[in-house]
Amino acid sequence: MLTWLSLLVLALFSGVAFAAGRRRAVASAGGRSRVLHSLPVYYGTYAALWAGAPAALLLLLGASFGGRIEDAMLQSSRPAAVQALEPDRQAVFYSDAHAIASKQPPSEVAYEGELKVALDAKVAEAQRIETVLNVGMLAGAGVLALAGFLLAFPRISTEFRARNRVEGWVSILLIGCSVAAVLTTLGIVLSLVWESWRFFQSVNPISFLFGTEWSPQIAMRADQVASAGAFGAVPLFAGTFLIMLIAMLVAAPVGLYSAIYLSEYASRTVRGVVKPLLEILAGVPTVVYGFFAALTVGPLFRAGFNAIGAALPAGPLATYLMEVQNQMALVAGVVMGIMLIPFVSSLSDDIINAVPQSLRDGSYAMGATKSETVKKVVLPAALPGIMAAMLLAVSRAVGETMIVTMAAGLQAKLTANPLDTVTTVTVQIVTLLTGDQEFDSPKTLSAFGLGLTLFVVTLTLNIVALRIVQKYREQYD
Amino acid sequence: MTDATLGAAAPRQALTAADARLKKRHAAERRFKAQGIAAIIVALVFLVVLVGRIVSQGYTTFEAHTLTVPVYLNPDRIDTSDLSGVNYDYIVAEAVMKKLNVQDDDLGTISTKVQDLVSRDFGFQILNKLKADPKLIGQTIELHGPLKADADLYFKGEIKRETAEGDRKLDNQQLDWLDKLEKTGAIKSGFNFAFFTSSDSTEPEQAGVLGAVVGSAMMLIITALIAVPVGVLAATYLEEFAPKNRWTDIIEVNINNLAAVPSIVYGLLGLALFINWLNVPRSSPLVGGLVLALMALPTVIIATRSALKAVPPSIREAALGVGASKTQTVFHHVLPLAMPGVMTGAILSLAHALGETAPLLMIGMVSFVPGVPEGFTGAATVLPVQVFIWENASERAFHERTAAAIIVLLVFMIVMNAAAVILRRRFERRW
Repeated sequence: MLTWLSLLVLALFSGVAFAAGRRRAVASAGGRSRVLHSLPVYYGTYAALWAGAPAALLLLLGASFGGRIEDAMLQSSRPAAVQALEPDRQAVFYSDAHAIASKQPPSEVAYEGELKVALDAKVAEAQRIETVLNVGMLAGAGVLALAGFLLAFPRISTEFRARNRVEGWVSILLIGCSVAAVLTTLGIVLSLVWESWRFFQSVNPISFLFGTEWSPQIAMRADQVASAGAFGAVPLFAGTFLIMLIAMLVAAPVGLYSAIYLSEYASRTVRGVVKPLLEILAGVPTVVYGFFAALTVGPLFRAGFNAIGAALPAGPLATYLMEVQNQMALVAGVVMGIMLIPFVSSLSDDIINAVPQSLRDGSYAMGATKSETVKKVVLPAALPGIMAAMLLAVSRAVGETMIVTMAAGLQAKLTANPLDTVTTVTVQIVTLLTGDQEFDSPKTLSAFGLGLTLFVVTLTLNIVALRIVQKYREQYD
Repeated sequence: MTDATLGAAAPRQALTAADARLKKRHAAERRFKAQGIAAIIVALVFLVVLVGRIVSQGYTTFEAHTLTVPVYLNPDRIDTSDLSGVNYDYIVAEAVMKKLNVQDDDLGTISTKVQDLVSRDFGFQILNKLKADPKLIGQTIELHGPLKADADLYFKGEIKRETAEGDRKLDNQQLDWLDKLEKTGAIKSGFNFAFFTSSDSTEPEQAGVLGAVVGSAMMLIITALIAVPVGVLAATYLEEFAPKNRWTDIIEVNINNLAAVPSIVYGLLGLALFINWLNVPRSSPLVGGLVLALMALPTVIIATRSALKAVPPSIREAALGVGASKTQTVFHHVLPLAMPGVMTGAILSLAHALGETAPLLMIGMVSFVPGVPEGFTGAATVLPVQVFIWENASERAFHERTAAAIIVLLVFMIVMNAAAVILRRRFERRW
């Protein structure tokens, strides 16, 4: 609220600076703005930028990091009563002190005796710090705004190259925005690596990557005996791979064949109708596919297998089929395959279209039929690109979350049976991070270990795929 | 033909041999084409089944059955000193029993069964009325409200009389009562406005999508305010200003890879960066919008770059030729001409962000939020997450509502996509 108000005041101030700068420029040219180096607008903008931008940056930084600074200062001294608490209870204590100080609802923990005294002291301290920070920030912003204006305003004269200066500001802004993309990657990598590193301090990375037992719910605390052995992620990798494989078995043939048909056979009208329809399939949110899998495909498949089991002569297979559950790997895999069809098809379509027409014409001239041309000329030429498309689809399948969360199970099992319940990396991340969580337990941190693994795998797949596509493009350019 | 009359045996044999092979080749051709058609049909059948199934499961939600009943506010049952503690549900049950001409027994089984038919909404209505005007006690007021979800499902044919009594939620007596109430005209069906004017609730008949729709809108505003300007400016720099060197190459590869990072990883980033490090309130539209903005950024950049690429160099050369600076050329001429393409790309990536669920689960949006979010930093839920939450509920009536929430979500996405298409059709220029 305070930040918004001060930003508003700042905006007004830079508006005034704009008018003043513009007026001074026009006045210095004696009213003939033709004499000026730049258009009058640029002089005004120059003054407004110096008056507004640095102060606004300070205010925004203050709003983003003020809470953090406050916390750090609060926690610099810890009363004895608080130090006696467990680490995560201490965290609750400080967040409560912070919340009460900024008039937000605290947690439901009751404080008594010495703790209550300590809390009240901390709340008072937090309020003091908050006031100091706010006053400091506002004063800083005021000084910056005035200083900027006083720096810029006297410079304005007929010779002053205001346009070039303003364009300098613009290019700083543009570069800043492009760096945002890099910062996002950096943020992803740093946060994943940092939290995973904390996880790997309590769990050996080797036993995480190669262990075959996954039961993080049992290992609630780090000091438990079972904690080390319970974080073996191999069953998750196996489950992810199984579902991915089923999905690709559905998506690859259907997607590829429809791409071939659309690019080589279909008339303009058919293409014009079918392509948008496939795009609809691509635009459906994954949570809708998840709903479809859980409440339609799951019961349907289950009923189907149960009926087959009932029809078969009695035996272990029949009994097994009769007991099949909704949450089988096959259901999640098939629905994920449906989701990937438009993805595979549109990527392959682009790649097939990129094969030069001269190759096809040459093949037709030799008397080949259309399908022979496709099979013997177009597809071999497009093969690297299609492989890349498949890799991208695999990467999507591995990272897909909602379908598996809603339709696959939670049980970590090492199995290759598509009718069995399996769980995936993404399902486990969701399960570990939703609901009650203490942030420092290896149980929660293991989600970041899984996330890091997922990120590395998908990134590798993408880089390889993009490389292939690039090489392939160069070949025909 | 001449060679037939000539009767030369050898060439004719060769021709027939070739004929057999040609037949085979043509058969292969037809098979291949049929496979292509089959693939497309399979894909389209999936689409039809998906959409059809959701519509058929969800459309019934838009109809609701309501009960109108005169309720006598019995002064003996209402303790004026503690209005919130009164058992209003029983008062409502009494009114319905009176309407049905049945008496409660000593154990209260009849009234309990009646309470299973009417929504608790009636009780809240009485409480609110009494709080506003305590003088109503002792009078009879006409109340109008929803039936309980199971009773509603009976009228919609989801709960059938043919089902064995033990297998359904309502017994024969309750079904008889419902029929009787309908005959007297107390129960009417109508459009379910409540679904659009109420927020999440633990009772299916009172649960609606308003809170989720508002939450989604607030979140999308944040996403649009961050992702669109930053993305467009970044793309402008990369396409128009950036020198071709190793740094810009890195940025480019980076953006392409970011576009393919699984969405759940963005959720982990949001959890670690925004919530644990910057202390942004959990499950607020602000933090959700920030995460989705990071996610939408690469797609906005990619779309803007292709729109900028489509503007022919002659425009730039003409502007530079009459003395515009590089910046003026880009911001006065190139970017405005690319704007339709940019906006199309931006709307499409926002539509995608609207349907995104997984990263929001990481930042605590799964919590139960009854009511419309109080602000950008208050707790909120959004449409796709509401779908996820309701899908997990065990009551059958919630499944119907899940499908209806999906329909609402899809309508919003269709509107956004249609807007993008119209924008492209109307303003796109071919050079």
